[in-house]
Amino acid sequence: MRKNISNWGNYPVLNCEEVSFSMEEQLLQYVNTHDRVIARGNGRCYGDASLGEHSVSTLRYDKVLAFDEENGVFECQSGLTLDQILDIIVPRGWFLPVTPGTKFITIGGAVASDVHGKNHHSEGSFSNHIVSMKVLTGKGLTECSPETEPDLFWATCGGMGLTGIITTVRFTLKKIETAYIRQKQIKAKNLDEVLQLFEEHKHYTYSMAWIDCLQKGDSFGRSILIVGEHATKDQVAAKAAKAPLELPRKMKLTVPFNLPGFVLNNFTVKLFNALYYAKNTRRVIENTVPYEPFFYPLDAILHWNRGYGKDGFVQYQFVLPMDKKDGLVAILQKISEKGWGSFLAVLKTFGKQDDLISFPMEGYTLALDFPVRNGLFPFLDELDALVLQYGGRLYLTKDARMQERVFWDSYPNAERFREIVKTWNPAGKFRSAQSDRLNFQFA
Amino acid sequence: MPTVLILGAGSDIAVALARRYAAAGFTLQLAGRNPEQLRPLEQDLRIRHRIAATVHAFDALDFASHAGFYRTLPAPPDVVLCVFGYLGSQEKGQENWQEASRILHTNFTGAVSILNVVAEDMAARGKGTIIGISSVAGDRGRMSNYLYGSAKAGFTTYLSGLRNRLWHSGVHVMTVEPGFVATQMTEHLALPALLTAQPDEVAKDIFKAAERKKNVLYTKWFWRYIMMIIKNVPEPIFKKKKL
Repeated sequence: MRKNISNWGNYPVLNCEEVSFSMEEQLLQYVNTHDRVIARGNGRCYGDASLGEHSVSTLRYDKVLAFDEENGVFECQSGLTLDQILDIIVPRGWFLPVTPGTKFITIGGAVASDVHGKNHHSEGSFSNHIVSMKVLTGKGLTECSPETEPDLFWATCGGMGLTGIITTVRFTLKKIETAYIRQKQIKAKNLDEVLQLFEEHKHYTYSMAWIDCLQKGDSFGRSILIVGEHATKDQVAAKAAKAPLELPRKMKLTVPFNLPGFVLNNFTVKLFNALYYAKNTRRVIENTVPYEPFFYPLDAILHWNRGYGKDGFVQYQFVLPMDKKDGLVAILQKISEKGWGSFLAVLKTFGKQDDLISFPMEGYTLALDFPVRNGLFPFLDELDALVLQYGGRLYLTKDARMQERVFWDSYPNAERFREIVKTWNPAGKFRSAQSDRLNFQFA
Repeated sequence: MPTVLILGAGSDIAVALARRYAAAGFTLQLAGRNPEQLRPLEQDLRIRHRIAATVHAFDALDFASHAGFYRTLPAPPDVVLCVFGYLGSQEKGQENWQEASRILHTNFTGAVSILNVVAEDMAARGKGTIIGISSVAGDRGRMSNYLYGSAKAGFTTYLSGLRNRLWHSGVHVMTVEPGFVATQMTEHLALPALLTAQPDEVAKDIFKAAERKKNVLYTKWFWRYIMMIIKNVPEPIFKKKKL
């Protein structure tokens, strides 16, 4: 059935046919009889990467296939979401090797976006932890790993579904003693200070900073750095230590409908940021918290995306090389002058580049939300120019609007990626609104 | 641990039911036309819920095989869920007997054939629960799906008779009448969101109602009242509507 679909940013909205499957046979049959197919998971990418003429929903393809509890190896179908995986593995003493800021994404989406987490600088992105996977390519169902069909493997990691439909993924987990995180929050009064704090705390497994990007002058870039480690049994409180792998159940809040545009303006955003910054009354706070608020602070508010109103929003996430701190300053200044920034922006540092067109590269990454409004896209084009000038790039999973040239000029392996995809997707069967917009021209 | 047999285990409602019963610690017997396709579900249930599960070949239309299928199950089930069904195409079925017969025989004859076998066994053991998934489409015939609807009507009547008979042997029979459910079977239909249930909700309702030994379950609950109204529209008016 055709319907209007949009992803998490509620922009763009496209009229697509969406079908689902729960058995491999149904998927094969559909893909054999349709062109212009793209996989779609839980719709948590922000833009048009999983939209297209025929969106194939993997959500019913959600079975756990194997779990080696001794060695921490997990295998599942691509439509299983991270929250369901956590429900299974955490009580048995395991954790996801890499997790993004929401647990409501599918494992197929995690691979296609090659998601990164707060531990990228120490443990890389999701693809570093995949043992093997199966992909339904234009040539049929193929198993690949870093050793077997490595070209297909690396083009599928971060490949935005363009090599085909990921069906099953086998990956390694991380051993944990408790479901808690020992965290440390440090207030930084400006950008220089937070970047220095990142450097001083880089031995921590997890780190990120909330940055208030509307500040000027001395407090330009004021932020709260948050670093953490999985807590050991003796680090959790006596009550939690009785069942260290279980979390107390919590109620969820939801935003029931799209808020009107005026709710979010320069004033409310500034106010929110001021309160957020002020809530930490001491410069350094150390405590032990359940893993959920540490990794997924926004998941506690269902449908927070509706806060931006019915026109939706775009997320702008870029990365700049480590030695381009002046670029970060230039971009932040532009955003601060314009005053269109989001509630809070997330700043973190990345380790080295992972694979063909994965987003992370060694450097600083900043992610902000911008509600869609008149003049936004030309403004973002200006930001793009700065990102390009300083040798950076944008995250495809959050992109809904970048121009063709920006992508091809900023991803050094893009051409090689296209060549590999051409061999696996020779007729251009797998394509999305995004791949059309960026003009991949497979066929 | 009690055992539940799911007939037609590949459907979305069946998967949700399997997960619900597995969460309650039941041993699962999953039956479907192509057992190989049920292996992932079997693994999923074992790993998530640490329960025992087996898969079995079962074809609703192969009536002659039903007694043998039931005999070879590893254990006699305590609960039998008859979930399989075939919506088919009303338009195609009007002109094409093959389609019409597949709709009628899957939803009615096939269900009766296997449940007769189950009923004999449970009556002899003097215990058990049979749960049949019928449909609100069986409550009144409509031009858009009366082949499916009439087969489900027959099934509903069969279940009520069976309930009457087996009560005397200590066996409980529950009829489930789901309204719109968002499944692969209905994916191509434009269903009104407010009236449409998710498979999980339906499974939760069924599990709870079966524990309480309800006789007839409408899910979601308001379908009982919607169908009460629909059943009471006088025929001279009803027949003029294009429903």
